[in-house]
Amino acid sequence: MKKNLPVLLTGVVIGIAALVLTACGNPANMGFCTACFLRDIAGALKLHSASIVQYVRPEIVGIIAGAAAAALIKKEWKAVGGSSPFTRFILAICVMLGALVFLGCPLRMVIRIGGGDLNAVVGLVGFIAGIYAGTIALRKGFSLKRNYAEPRIDGVWMPVLMVVLLVLAGLAPALFAQSTEGPGSMHAPVMLALAAGIVVGILAQRSRFCMAGGIRDVIMFNQWNLTLGFVAIIVTVLIGNLILGKFNLGFTDQPVAHNDGVMNFLGMGIVGWGSVLLGGCPLRQLILTGEGNSDSAITVTGFVFGAALAHNFGTASSAKGPGANGVAAVIACYAVLLIVTLVNVRASKE
Amino acid sequence: MIDARGLACPTPVLMTQKEIAQNSPVALEVLVDNHSARENVKRFAESAGYTVSVAEEGGDYRLTLTK
Repeated sequence: MKKNLPVLLTGVVIGIAALVLTACGNPANMGFCTACFLRDIAGALKLHSASIVQYVRPEIVGIIAGAAAAALIKKEWKAVGGSSPFTRFILAICVMLGALVFLGCPLRMVIRIGGGDLNAVVGLVGFIAGIYAGTIALRKGFSLKRNYAEPRIDGVWMPVLMVVLLVLAGLAPALFAQSTEGPGSMHAPVMLALAAGIVVGILAQRSRFCMAGGIRDVIMFNQWNLTLGFVAIIVTVLIGNLILGKFNLGFTDQPVAHNDGVMNFLGMGIVGWGSVLLGGCPLRQLILTGEGNSDSAITVTGFVFGAALAHNFGTASSAKGPGANGVAAVIACYAVLLIVTLVNVRASKE
Repeated sequence: MIDARGLACPTPVLMTQKEIAQNSPVALEVLVDNHSARENVKRFAESAGYTVSVAEEGGDYRLTLTK
């Protein structure tokens, strides 16, 4: 039980943070979402022009900074990289496209489940199916190969850039796009959001919290440790929503969600499969970025780039349903995942 | 000895699992270079009935598995 405590604590704190941030202004069932928040940052940087999802989300900066601080204090900070960086960039684009078809990363998926959104349960089934596909790849020898020690500056870039971004957003907000309506306009106070991000970043760094890793380890090794965090978020958010009277069970009228079951399943399937190939879910990539892993920094860059593509080319869903090019994006992502998997497994056998 | 340095989880665990399944060694050394791999290999080896000792060597971790 003692070894499970950090993961459980992280899950409960993420759940509470999601409830508090939502109560203080974040969009409903979106207290914490790595994909949505990176998408908002992409919008703030004017990489896409979807006017309702543009905002420099302090939570993301906090998560990376918190993880960096925890890693530095515990002497676990290390600049490493060079493990198939461009393949990671491509996989990250797929994961983000999939997440924006579903409308949320694995974190938001469980937060949505805790709010009674049954579409997210469909997403969870897809997520598990995708993870299963990823574990088959791993069993067959899939690997993005070793990383290596790098000059320190390579691990420093992304955490520093994130902090600079937040400072600039505070000092010169006119530089950035800022939604005046829609999810991007809804946000908790900056300092609260930043503090919540830092706390989650520290805890997730210490507990190695990962939404994809949990289910992966159950499938591959019958190890349930990381899955407890997953369950802890759902239970915490569920209890909180019941107390606050915000629990709404059903498929329809769910906040920032659509009820196209096939697309929800397929979207999260991409996220599951891609996350296993990348070695961690989007939240875990932020944590590893904080720890000095430049492969993860490139992955996060891929998420931001993917979010811009999703909105510029109409592949992202909205509350009304899948985007005009959503189906095409889903097909393309599965093709890419299959090609990366097959080519890589074959290379590992030679 | 298994050299799993620079490899992301769960590959170090998979390498250990494969070696144990194929050769069921009474003793095995696994070299990893990050804390997640250290913890995951340790947890797996213990669940497979091994006693694990960890020695730090210049930023790497040498795990000695014995039965």
